[in-house]
Amino acid sequence: MPSIPPPVMPHQPTPVNDVLEALAAQFGPLETSVFRDETRVVVPALKSFEVFRALKARGFDLLVDVSCVDYLEYKGAKHRYGLVYLLASTTTNQRLTIRVFVDDPDPTVRSVVPLWEGANWLEREVWDLFGIRFEGHPDLRRLVMPEQFTAHPLRKDYPLQGRGERHNFPVLTRDDG
Amino acid sequence: MAIATNEFDSATGGPDGARSEDYLWTLNFGPQHPATHTTLRLVLKLEGERVVDAMPEMGYLHSGFEKIGEHLTFNQYVTVTDRMNYISPMANNVAWHHAVEKLLGIDLTPRCKYIRTIIAELARISDHLLCNGAVGLDTGAFTFFLYAFYQREVIYDIFETLCGARFTNSYTRVGGVSQDFTPLVIEKIRTFVKTFPKTLDDMERLLTRNRIFVDRTKGVGVLTKEEALNRSATGPVARASGVTRDLRRDEPYLAYEDFQFQICCASAGDCYARYLVRMQEMRESLKIVAQALENLPAGAVNVGIDQRTALPTKKQVYSTIEGTISHFELSMSNRGFEVPNEETYGAIEAPNGELGFYIVGDGNETAYRARCRPPSVLHFALFPHLIRGHTLSDVVAVLGSLNIIAAELDR
Repeated sequence: MPSIPPPVMPHQPTPVNDVLEALAAQFGPLETSVFRDETRVVVPALKSFEVFRALKARGFDLLVDVSCVDYLEYKGAKHRYGLVYLLASTTTNQRLTIRVFVDDPDPTVRSVVPLWEGANWLEREVWDLFGIRFEGHPDLRRLVMPEQFTAHPLRKDYPLQGRGERHNFPVLTRDDG
Repeated sequence: MAIATNEFDSATGGPDGARSEDYLWTLNFGPQHPATHTTLRLVLKLEGERVVDAMPEMGYLHSGFEKIGEHLTFNQYVTVTDRMNYISPMANNVAWHHAVEKLLGIDLTPRCKYIRTIIAELARISDHLLCNGAVGLDTGAFTFFLYAFYQREVIYDIFETLCGARFTNSYTRVGGVSQDFTPLVIEKIRTFVKTFPKTLDDMERLLTRNRIFVDRTKGVGVLTKEEALNRSATGPVARASGVTRDLRRDEPYLAYEDFQFQICCASAGDCYARYLVRMQEMRESLKIVAQALENLPAGAVNVGIDQRTALPTKKQVYSTIEGTISHFELSMSNRGFEVPNEETYGAIEAPNGELGFYIVGDGNETAYRARCRPPSVLHFALFPHLIRGHTLSDVVAVLGSLNIIAAELDR
């Protein structure tokens, strides 16, 4: 009977308690939770830019992702849109997830492009697919969908097969081009 | 097809924006061009042959993968992830199921971890072969490209023997993989490990010290370390600029802690450095494959039937009651495994960079939201910054070295 080696230990991430304490000291108590070794902090939309500035100053130099979740059909949701900012520090190897909740009508949040230039296209994509405005974004226009598109397709009230836009695109003739 | 329009303004080409723009050419490096890596568009503003500005546009291949993720189960969606970075589909499968298993809290068997490591590294070799091959092709080195593609065919043959498909494998499942390694697969991988270094040496002899290639790529498209971090570059693009971040070392997943390998970094940040980083990474990947293959643990490849996540074997289904129940629960819709009402992010070091999935679970067997964090989007956004001041011929070299795959870009 061949012997099976012991399982490889799952990676234990670097703790972020010092970061959380610094944030709580500067901004007051913030709702924090831990799931599967991942720390999530909920930040109110009005304070989000200051929190990000403080986090960048603490060494979170890599903005991994900016995305959004539409909680329209989620049981027990209190807000409609949950923006997710995934941050990482290449120096201390810590990871942090920041959640910012915004609501209809007119979901708006301040853009983090002044802090991380990588957010430029990521926020454009969130605007394109969800319709969340980023104040202070240098160039907020559609990224994946064509410019003439009017809806925000990843919202839950937009159907999977679309509303027939692809059959109604204006036909360009040779003279128009 | 390149369409050039030029509006000539006679001698007043001052230093400030609106006036001096009149004598610049606008060149559409359109979605169809032999050197754009699949359908992406660049509108270049040229002054003679110098690129003054570049406006990248994407979205020509947008297929709504993230919306589809809300309607397919976890095991069905792996077929869609195949079609994202289709150069290394195994890596996408591993990334997707890594995130799903993190959400569900499943720990894999040792054999499965080693198998997934081997195929992820073979996918990395395949991707780097194509990327460097395409850089060679775009700068004129056709033989190099063909050597690379021959080796990719060998890897495709291994994948076909393993799971029946050359690419679009959809190989991983929740809690395991779809087919275990057979002795023939192991034999083929061993042969590949023995013969690949010689081809790599031949390829290096063709290009690494070739005067023409070095002149075309050295100092072209320089990305400094601060800019790489500011613009969220990851993977070989960032490592060639001095960012020493590799998820296989910093956040070890699967079985990477068991192996000896090195992280390849450079400090120059130009196209030549990215080429060198990828060539060396192929050698390191081969070392990992060799070590993993010789130490492949025995035992079951899928997690046990008491966990109710992976399909049991036919023998278990017909002879044990737990197998029958498990098979029934998994095959009937909406009776599948338990998904917590939580969200999580799981990332792996894909050949292109950090490929991660942010999955929101809501109790059903389909994800509520499946967000893919594509490295290609951030690398394509880097492009205008890298190309300003270079000539038109450098556009192709820089675009190739960033390894932008439109399917991952647009999803």
